[in-house]
Amino acid sequence: MRLGSRLGLTALALALGLGGAANAGTVKIGVVLPFSGANADLGHQMDKAFDLYVKLHAKDIAPNKVELIKRDEGPPTGAVAKTVGTELITNNKVQILTGFSFSPSAIALAPVVTQAKVPMLIANAGTAWITNLSPYIARLSFSMWSPAYPMGAYAYNKIGCKTTAVAYTDFPPGKDSTEAFETGYKKAGGKVTLSIPMGSPVQVPDFTPFFQRIKDAHPDCMYVFVPSGAHATGVMKAYGELGMRKAGIKLIGPMDLIPDNKLQDMGDAAIGTIVMGHYAVDLNNPQNKEFNEEWHKAYGPDSYPDFMSAAAWDSMHAIFDTVKKLNGDFSNGQKVIDALKGWSTVGPRGKVSIDPQTRDVVEDEHAMEVYRKPDGKLGERILDTIPQVKDECKALKIGRCAS
Amino acid sequence: MSHAANIVISILFDGLAYAMFLFITSVGLSVTMGLMNFVNLAHGAFAMVGGYIVVSLTRSLGIDFVPALVISAVLVGIISIPFERFLYRRLYKATDLEQVLLTIGLAFMAIATFTYFYGPIPKSVPLPHWLEGDVNLGFRTFPSYRAFLIVVGAVLVTILWYAFERTNIGARIRAAVDNRRMAESVGINVDRLFTLTFAVGSGLAALGGGFAIQLFGLTPYFAVLYLVLFLIVVATGGLGSLKGTLLAALVIGIIDTGGKYMFPQAGNFFVYLVTVVVLLIKPAGFYGRE
Repeated sequence: MRLGSRLGLTALALALGLGGAANAGTVKIGVVLPFSGANADLGHQMDKAFDLYVKLHAKDIAPNKVELIKRDEGPPTGAVAKTVGTELITNNKVQILTGFSFSPSAIALAPVVTQAKVPMLIANAGTAWITNLSPYIARLSFSMWSPAYPMGAYAYNKIGCKTTAVAYTDFPPGKDSTEAFETGYKKAGGKVTLSIPMGSPVQVPDFTPFFQRIKDAHPDCMYVFVPSGAHATGVMKAYGELGMRKAGIKLIGPMDLIPDNKLQDMGDAAIGTIVMGHYAVDLNNPQNKEFNEEWHKAYGPDSYPDFMSAAAWDSMHAIFDTVKKLNGDFSNGQKVIDALKGWSTVGPRGKVSIDPQTRDVVEDEHAMEVYRKPDGKLGERILDTIPQVKDECKALKIGRCAS
Repeated sequence: MSHAANIVISILFDGLAYAMFLFITSVGLSVTMGLMNFVNLAHGAFAMVGGYIVVSLTRSLGIDFVPALVISAVLVGIISIPFERFLYRRLYKATDLEQVLLTIGLAFMAIATFTYFYGPIPKSVPLPHWLEGDVNLGFRTFPSYRAFLIVVGAVLVTILWYAFERTNIGARIRAAVDNRRMAESVGINVDRLFTLTFAVGSGLAALGGGFAIQLFGLTPYFAVLYLVLFLIVVATGGLGSLKGTLLAALVIGIIDTGGKYMFPQAGNFFVYLVTVVVLLIKPAGFYGRE
């Protein structure tokens, strides 16, 4: 019995091995996204974009194929992501990793991908210095600095924020985003009057005490960074409830504050909010129109893509182009990452590319204001565009970006 | 009015509103734990279900927010009865671990079920006009939603206090909490009493869940996300004590709000500090039986 089952297993393993050899043109992609827990909706936004891209474009890479192996990223602490990421590399033999909603996940996995020589294409996590951690990491989403740094000068010069309070969720991207904003803002001449950490990303706090403090200090503007899940909705509610706009305090931030798929639920409180970001459903370009049409066709009229979906879409696009370029041979991680360097496209976000030096994204940033559209829905109006923004954190060599 | 006085009033008001949410959601947990020594980690799931019923009633059926809150509390109270009758009852004499495994399992099943039907994106509810914006009390303005929450909390405290301290059923519940075997031997049907308090407690949790939509946003994960907070309130208040739960909710609500306002760098430090200090001095909580 025992011998029999062992023989059976051996036979099975052989068969699987042979099967693997026969499909040399199948690229295994490990997808790490939060599918459970408080931030599951972020995972869904990106997963939908990955699936949609694969569905629509699988024919483009024929006869090569891709196989997506999906794992739950877990909470934004990095521990679960490190475990499943390592398993994907060692057990499932994936040849490239993508996804990653949260910076701690990518940070925790960086030494693993370096050692395994498996490229990681980050489709969301925004802490600026992640791409410095491994020569095998590239990013197509954004650096926290890409929207936050230009927002500093824009807030001072165009929005009229002479004094600003910053408030942020207390984890690496939150600190990054506020540091980037403060650097740009102080350089332009602005004064930061308050800096308030608002707890961990795991739980949505009651924002009222933090915002009440800001209201009492009465700055011209408040710059808020929160993860774009349930936190963003909570921020808008507390801001509206406390009557802060009426009190003359403008709400500004990176686009995480008004993710497209939650905008319609945010109500009047959101109107007038100005964010800096690289994507909105309302971006007017043919690629984005097509992206939105396909999205609604696949997921219904009430589901909207957002900036994370757009980055996931472009990331899968980059992987597909690389599959084509290397003719399905991802066995050499160095060749894959070299092929990704300098890759560019015109996607839903407009022109995006991967800077060959930093392996980080270069994209347009737009200042956008929330307004009520004629059809009664909320939308975002483009006020200004800053073309082809690179990660200034690396250019200015700030903190860990210098290494 | 001076700046300092303004700050104190802000903290007290926001803290009071937060405390009322904590009280409404936790009181049922405290009474069921005190009465049956039953560890019900699915309590937050009943709150989450209550929240989603409010969402469906207001969004799909167009019922106003306030009646939807009431309907949802009653519905969840009724839904909880079969759970108590057919599942919980089997484990009253079981160990804590078995109770924890059953109830946390129920909570995860509830999360998965509601994620399947409602999706993981946070839900919000349309509020009636009078609950949006703020009310002017002469010397300053307050957010009307929180003012409403405080009023509802105060009314509930009064009703529960009266029911607990002044009615026959309340006296029986207190007797059963104090000494279950003695209560049974004088002819009190503790099982039926427990079903009743369990249903009322779950209904109140659902009410808390309904209120939470506007405070935190509602996702299926609500079922376990704030559970630690509810357990802290129950533990510091003392199992089975109405007074204790109220006092613990007030202390934790106001200190947490004040701490976040004055020292945001400290995070949740103050909540845990209070818990540790209270439990060091009174291991059974404010009004728990030693």
